[in-house]
Amino acid sequence: MDFFTLQDFYTHTKGIAYILIVVTLIGMAAFWLYLTDHENDDGEFHF
Amino acid sequence: MFKLKDVLNRSLLTPFNIIAGVIILIGLVITALRFFGGLATVTNLSDYNPWGLWIGFDLLCGVALAAGGYVTSAAVYIFGMKKYHSAVRPAILTGFLGYALVVLALSYDVGRPWRLPYPFVVQAGTTSVLFEVGACVLLYLLVLFVEFTPAASEWLGFRRARNLVVRLTMVLTILGVILSTLHQSSLGSLFLIAPSKLHPLWYSQYIPVFFFISSIVAGLSMVILEGSLTHRYFADKMDETHLREKEDVVFGFGKAASFVLAAYFAIKVFGITMDNNWHYLSTGYGAWFLVELLGFVALPCLLYSVGVRDRNIKLIKWTSALAVLGIMVNRFNVCLVAFNWHLPSSERYFPSWMEIGLSLFIVTVGVAAFKFIVTFMPILYEHPEYKTPHA
Repeated sequence: MDFFTLQDFYTHTKGIAYILIVVTLIGMAAFWLYLTDHENDDGEFHF
Repeated sequence: MFKLKDVLNRSLLTPFNIIAGVIILIGLVITALRFFGGLATVTNLSDYNPWGLWIGFDLLCGVALAAGGYVTSAAVYIFGMKKYHSAVRPAILTGFLGYALVVLALSYDVGRPWRLPYPFVVQAGTTSVLFEVGACVLLYLLVLFVEFTPAASEWLGFRRARNLVVRLTMVLTILGVILSTLHQSSLGSLFLIAPSKLHPLWYSQYIPVFFFISSIVAGLSMVILEGSLTHRYFADKMDETHLREKEDVVFGFGKAASFVLAAYFAIKVFGITMDNNWHYLSTGYGAWFLVELLGFVALPCLLYSVGVRDRNIKLIKWTSALAVLGIMVNRFNVCLVAFNWHLPSSERYFPSWMEIGLSLFIVTVGVAAFKFIVTFMPILYEHPEYKTPHA
């Protein structure tokens, strides 16, 4: 992809970054649930 | 309690002692050659490649893999996860020995070790990242030494000194976390001044963040790996508490490592995105980058998570070895493989056998020191006279 201005470059890279941020935030929450959903809710902080 | 005479009564000609003795003898010869003959006598370093194996492995890997000290003490004393308390002393010991050996290795690389304190008194300015790294490593080594002294004091019977340091536990832990955050990231910052030398896939404005986050993974994985090895070779020196808490440590740290690896994977992808380096992935360096990212970040992340969910302790232990290897691959890539990637192969660096020999020598000294300390000092068991909570 060709970029002619810095504005073009940042519009492209930040556009992808914002999509990745949303995916990551949802993905990390889902991954945490995957890691911990088999544990009993004993009120203790599991880490 | 293990007494010196009990150990001396045993034969010293064990396979470990023989192999370690040979490596140490060779190391001493290389030491003499390096300090009397200079760097050119023992290394393949050049003006193009001033940082070689001793920086890439001994320093960068050494510092990252010694991160278990601050990670474990922060978990136990700051975040209150007391069930991992038995892992603190082995982690602090590993950290202390790791940093001590980093300084030892550094003195081989820079030479004239008596000038190591010079940056604090004779220097051009405090804005250098290298100065910050030097200052933090020195201060953190002191902090680790003080954190380690309760075990040595209990062994030597210095009750007052031991009690004084135990009262300082929280302050020392906070200092350790601050200093580690600073220098673990700054080791990455060192490469910020070399954008034209480091391959774009490894170069990023976020490289300090990459180094810091990966050091947490290294610390967590090293605690699991070291715990597995000590359980295998020093089980007779572990008391009931250590044996009981061992599984909690493996599962808890495995879970944390999995989650941090997932975050690390995400920010590495951000690194590619922000510099728009996607097109490099189809090159040879890109293939190697993908091996690192998928094989040594995504794979251990997945294996840790499966191990934690299935309560598979063996899988987590093997994964910790893979994760530790992954950290080493990353540091090698940044410092050696992807560095000077523009140069023709005839100008590229490959360590001499003596550089590898000296690195082996330093690791062997560390293992021998670890063996000596866990044999005599209360690292894997509670001293019978100090059953109260301690550092």
